[in-house]
Amino acid sequence: METKKNKQPKPLLEVKDLKTYFKTDAGVVKAVDGISFTLSEGETLGIVGESGSGKSVTNLSIMRLIQSPPGKIVGGEILFEGKDILTLSEKDLREIRGNEISMIFQDPMTSLNPFLRISTQMVETILLHQKISKKEALQKSIDMLKLVGIPAAEERIRSYPHQFSGGMRQRVMIAMALSCEAKILIADEPTTALDVTIQAQILELIQELAKKLDTAVILITHDLGVVAGLCDTVCVMYAGKIVEKANTDELYARPSHPYTDGLIKSVPRLDKAKDGKLFSIEGQPPNVIDLPECCPFHPRCHKKMDICTYKYPPTITVGPGHEVSCWLYADDKEISTHE
Amino acid sequence: MSDKKIKGPLLQVKDLKQHFPIEAGFILKKQVGAVRAVDGISFDVKEGETLGIVGESGCGKSTTVRSIAQLYTPTSGSVVFNGLDLIKAKGKELLDARKNIQLIFQDPYASLDPRMTVRTIISEPLEIYKKRGLLEIDMSKGDIENRVEELMERVGLNRAFKNRYPHEFSGGQRQRIGIARALALNPKIILADEPVSALDVSIQSQILNLLHDLQEELGLTYLFIAHDLAVIEYISTRVAVMYLGKIMELSRSSDLYKNPLHPYTKALLSAAPIPDPVIERKRQRIILTGDVPSPNVERVGCYFYDRCPYRMEKCKTNIPQMKRIDEHHEVACWLY
Repeated sequence: METKKNKQPKPLLEVKDLKTYFKTDAGVVKAVDGISFTLSEGETLGIVGESGSGKSVTNLSIMRLIQSPPGKIVGGEILFEGKDILTLSEKDLREIRGNEISMIFQDPMTSLNPFLRISTQMVETILLHQKISKKEALQKSIDMLKLVGIPAAEERIRSYPHQFSGGMRQRVMIAMALSCEAKILIADEPTTALDVTIQAQILELIQELAKKLDTAVILITHDLGVVAGLCDTVCVMYAGKIVEKANTDELYARPSHPYTDGLIKSVPRLDKAKDGKLFSIEGQPPNVIDLPECCPFHPRCHKKMDICTYKYPPTITVGPGHEVSCWLYADDKEISTHE
Repeated sequence: MSDKKIKGPLLQVKDLKQHFPIEAGFILKKQVGAVRAVDGISFDVKEGETLGIVGESGCGKSTTVRSIAQLYTPTSGSVVFNGLDLIKAKGKELLDARKNIQLIFQDPYASLDPRMTVRTIISEPLEIYKKRGLLEIDMSKGDIENRVEELMERVGLNRAFKNRYPHEFSGGQRQRIGIARALALNPKIILADEPVSALDVSIQSQILNLLHDLQEELGLTYLFIAHDLAVIEYISTRVAVMYLGKIMELSRSSDLYKNPLHPYTKALLSAAPIPDPVIERKRQRIILTGDVPSPNVERVGCYFYDRCPYRMEKCKTNIPQMKRIDEHHEVACWLY
């Protein structure tokens, strides 16, 4: 993890002020509302948040997979190696999707086609993106399955998805996602549907393969434990916005946003003796329809100030690479100009 | 959670087996095998304690709960609650005992009828028992109304919401409705089947705290199921680790983390992520190979044999029995 800092990483993917809105009968849902982050080569970036915080929409936006209508990317830029994905033609986009950026989904049970053999599905993916013969593609698929640790890959590749267990299906998904030597792997809650012992296997596999193939990874999860073990940098999302961004050690050592702090404290921990009650963040996550221009966390925040109720806080740097959007860290001058 | 209030056993489960038949044939069906979901487990739940059951999916933890509540008819064994064997009990006797055994389910979306208002949901158990004349004190319509409001307030719901439907609530609030329904009949024991696993982290801690408070106030006993070790360790007095329908280890929850004995418990604990990057980097993981084997075959050796890193010749052909290591710690493994 430390090695990457020495060799001046190049930014591979830059997301700038991305906004994805959904028009519904009840109003506009600002699922992603002006977020920015950078992913460097070989980096593992974690995006943490609760359901409805916009973490999956962020990643669907990167792949331009937002269904329209009702959804629409209304603003911002997504630069992949300098090219703006949002302005590419559908044909150019296909070159990137699956080839340069590929994705694994949460549910390994539904993301494979139950009617087709694993071999058919894998060969199809490879042939779509690479100019090689069917035979070579099959050989490549077998090699990929071996790489992700499926025993007797030559025979198992002829199986149908239902003959595989959940963990094995997720391995197949990873093999498919990596078969085109993608530069970025987006893993959307890859282990949520799996048991702990299988989760440990899959996470180790992703980590190992990312290192071996030098793939940058965006890991979306709600599990703070998974992030701690795997990611270099973490973005914490709340109601469509990134509220805090820092490298992993810094974030856990000095969580600055009251939400991040509360989130870390509210998880029961195995390694600590239990002392009475758990910390808990009161209240419910906000309804993101027509959110007013305030800090969306203020109704649940125990450190809220007057200004939080009518103005969204600026992004403030509190340490090297550590950014937080909270009025607590703004200087008085800035607050008073808004009052 | 506190040891002081714990008394004698309230619920005794002995050698409980729950097999589901696998049938073949179209008209003339015959049984060709069985899924051994729960394959001979025994434990006591003492009054006032929380017994946690932890295990991976398919290990039989939910089936255990359902067999205890007599939602399935167990294949063999006994479930003694307050001196009454629930498996043999019938009709009124069973209904009366069940009043004291209530369930909280995992999925707050599926476990509430979408066409009922919160009031109907929470009062339904009271209405059912009232109709059969099994309530301790007869309740009038007004009494039931008051009880519903009191329960809603108790679990942290605004009583003004009682005419609303489940879809108007968030996941955490729905789970509170489920808890209120379970409390309606003043039960002695609550069987909670993964009550927090469908909830977000910030909501999860609210519900755990609520369950903790209710236990302190009402002197409840919990049988608590979860797959998340940290949650189990937090809420439980004692923990049973299940694998493939068998209990592998049973111990006080503080001991289990400090001193896990069974190789499976060790692997499970080492696989559970800890939200601290410094600790995470230093930890040694025991990565188990392979998947959980099929529960359809009868086993002659240790149930964990296929995946165990310490397996011996003996384990292949002999099923280890629960062995008491000290006062609070039992393990089923030939290593001890």
